[in-house]
Amino acid sequence: MDTSIIISGYGGQGLLFAGSLLCHAAMIEGKQTTWIPSYGAEMRGGAANCSVHISDDEVSSPIVNMSDVVFALNQPSEDKFEKRVKPGGLFIVNSSMAKIERKRADIEYIFIPMNEIAAQKPEPVFINVMAVGAFIEKTGILKESSVKEALKSMMSGKKAHLLDANLASFDYGAEFIKDFARV
Amino acid sequence: MIKTSSKVLVKGNEAIAQAALNAGCKCYFGYPITPQSEIGEFMSRKMPELGRTFVPAESELASISMVIGAGTTGTKAMTSSSSCGIALMQEALSAMVCAEVPGVIISVMRGGPGLGNIAPAQGDYFQAVKGGGNGDYKVVVLAPATVQEAVNLTYRAFHLSMKYRTPVILLADGILGQMMEPVEFGEYPYEEIDTSAWALSGAKNRKPRFLVSLHMQEGEMEAITNRIFEKHDLIAKNETTYEAYQTEDADLIITAFGTVARVAKAAVKKAREKGMKAGLFRPVTLVPFPDEALHNAAKSAKMVLDIEMNKGQMLVDVRSAVFGAAPVEFYGRPAGGLITLEDIYGQIEKRLG
Repeated sequence: MDTSIIISGYGGQGLLFAGSLLCHAAMIEGKQTTWIPSYGAEMRGGAANCSVHISDDEVSSPIVNMSDVVFALNQPSEDKFEKRVKPGGLFIVNSSMAKIERKRADIEYIFIPMNEIAAQKPEPVFINVMAVGAFIEKTGILKESSVKEALKSMMSGKKAHLLDANLASFDYGAEFIKDFARV
Repeated sequence: MIKTSSKVLVKGNEAIAQAALNAGCKCYFGYPITPQSEIGEFMSRKMPELGRTFVPAESELASISMVIGAGTTGTKAMTSSSSCGIALMQEALSAMVCAEVPGVIISVMRGGPGLGNIAPAQGDYFQAVKGGGNGDYKVVVLAPATVQEAVNLTYRAFHLSMKYRTPVILLADGILGQMMEPVEFGEYPYEEIDTSAWALSGAKNRKPRFLVSLHMQEGEMEAITNRIFEKHDLIAKNETTYEAYQTEDADLIITAFGTVARVAKAAVKKAREKGMKAGLFRPVTLVPFPDEALHNAAKSAKMVLDIEMNKGQMLVDVRSAVFGAAPVEFYGRPAGGLITLEDIYGQIEKRLG
C-alpha cells in the first residue's frame, strides 16, 4: 500500500509544513515515507508544492507524477493539478481561494471554504493543518493521534505557543468532514 | 530537523551536513549553489556553535583550495557544490591526489551542460569518475541512493579520505539533496586515523615536511604516480561495494546508480511479480567500480540494461566491466528528464515481456 499526496498553494500557506507533518506522522507509525518540495522556477506562478509518499514498502521515487490525493490551496493549484489526480483519487480544494468546479467525473472532489472557516473562529487557524485534519478524517490513512503527536514535537521550543492553535486547526478540518458526511 | 526516538526526518542535504559534523569535520568552505545550498546554510549555523570553522568562500576555486590547506594539516575538511561549481575544482583535485591531501567534496548534481538548470540529473558521472583535472589520477567516488545511505557514505567518505590520503567525492543528485526521509544517524563508526607521520604540524623538533604537487627530478613523478595507483589497487581490493538485487537468476540485469537505482529496484520487483526475471546491479562505489562482480553477474544474464539520468556515462564503465559477457543496452534522459517506475518497467517489458 503506497499513497501519494501533492500539496500545492502560495508560498506562505504552509504547504511544505503540511507535507512534512504527514511525513512525520507516518514515521511515528513506522511507515516508509518521503517528502520532496518543488524548488526553483517550478515554485513561481502560485503553485508551489511538495510531494509525499506514505507507504508500507520502500518508496521507490519521492517524485509524484499522478497522485492519489491532491490538496489545492489556491486557484493556480486547482488549475495545475486537477489533471494530475489519479482516476478514483481525491481532490481537496480550498474553495475560499479557488472556484467550485468539477471538470472530471472519475475523481472525488471535496471543496472546503478554508479561509472562511478560519475567519469565524476565535483563535488563529492554520488552513494547512485544517486541510490535513480533513484529509485524515476522510481517509483514515494515518491515526489522528499520530498527527497530533507529530504536531507536538514539531511545535516545541520557540513554537510551543502555537501548538494549541495547530491542534484546534486540525480538529476544524476533521469536523468539517464529519458535518459534510451528515448532510 | 525533526526527531522521533532514534529516527530523524531530515532533508538529504542537511543529513549530509549533520553526518559531516558527526564524522568530525573541523572545517567547511563553500559557495552557495542550488540544489545543495542547505549544506552551507546548515554548516553556517552549526560550525560556529561547535567552535569549528565555517568560511563562506568567494568562489568554488577558493573553497577547494581552502580544503587543501586544511587537509595538509591532517584536519578533516569539506566543501560542497554542484555541477558547474565542481567544474571549477578539477585542477585542485588533481593537485590533491598528487600531494596526497585528504578532503571530502559533496557534489549534488544539477542539469547541464553549461550553467544548465537546477533539476535533478546525473550528468556529472564523468566529471566525478573520470575527472577534468590533468594527469594520471583518480579520486574515490561514492554514490548514495537513499538519505540513510547518504549519511552512511558521508561517514565513509571522511574515513576513506583520511585512511588513504585522497580526495573523496560523494556524488548525489538534486532529488536526494532536496528530499526528506527518516534516517538514523548513530555515531561515526570508524576509528580515527593517525596523521602524525605526514601532516604539516609545525616543524618543531623535527625536519620540515613538504606536501607538493610539483616533482621535477628525473623519475620522481613516475615513481609517485605508480605509488598512487598502487594505493588505488588497494582501495579497489578493500573498499569496492555494490548492491546486487535478484541478479542470480536474472535474464535482464539493470545497472543504475543513485536515485535511479531505487526506482529501478521497484520496477524489478514489479517485473518479478509478473514473472519476468529482472535484476538490479547498483555500484555504491563508482571509483573503485565493481568490475569483477558485475562481470560475473552478467555472465549468467541474457542482457544488461544501463539506466541513467544522462546520455550514457556509467555506460562506458558498465560495458568495460561486462566485456562481452552479455549485450549491453542503454536507456536514459538528461538534464531534468525524470525516469519513472513506469518508464523502467516499460523498458523491462519491451525486452522480456
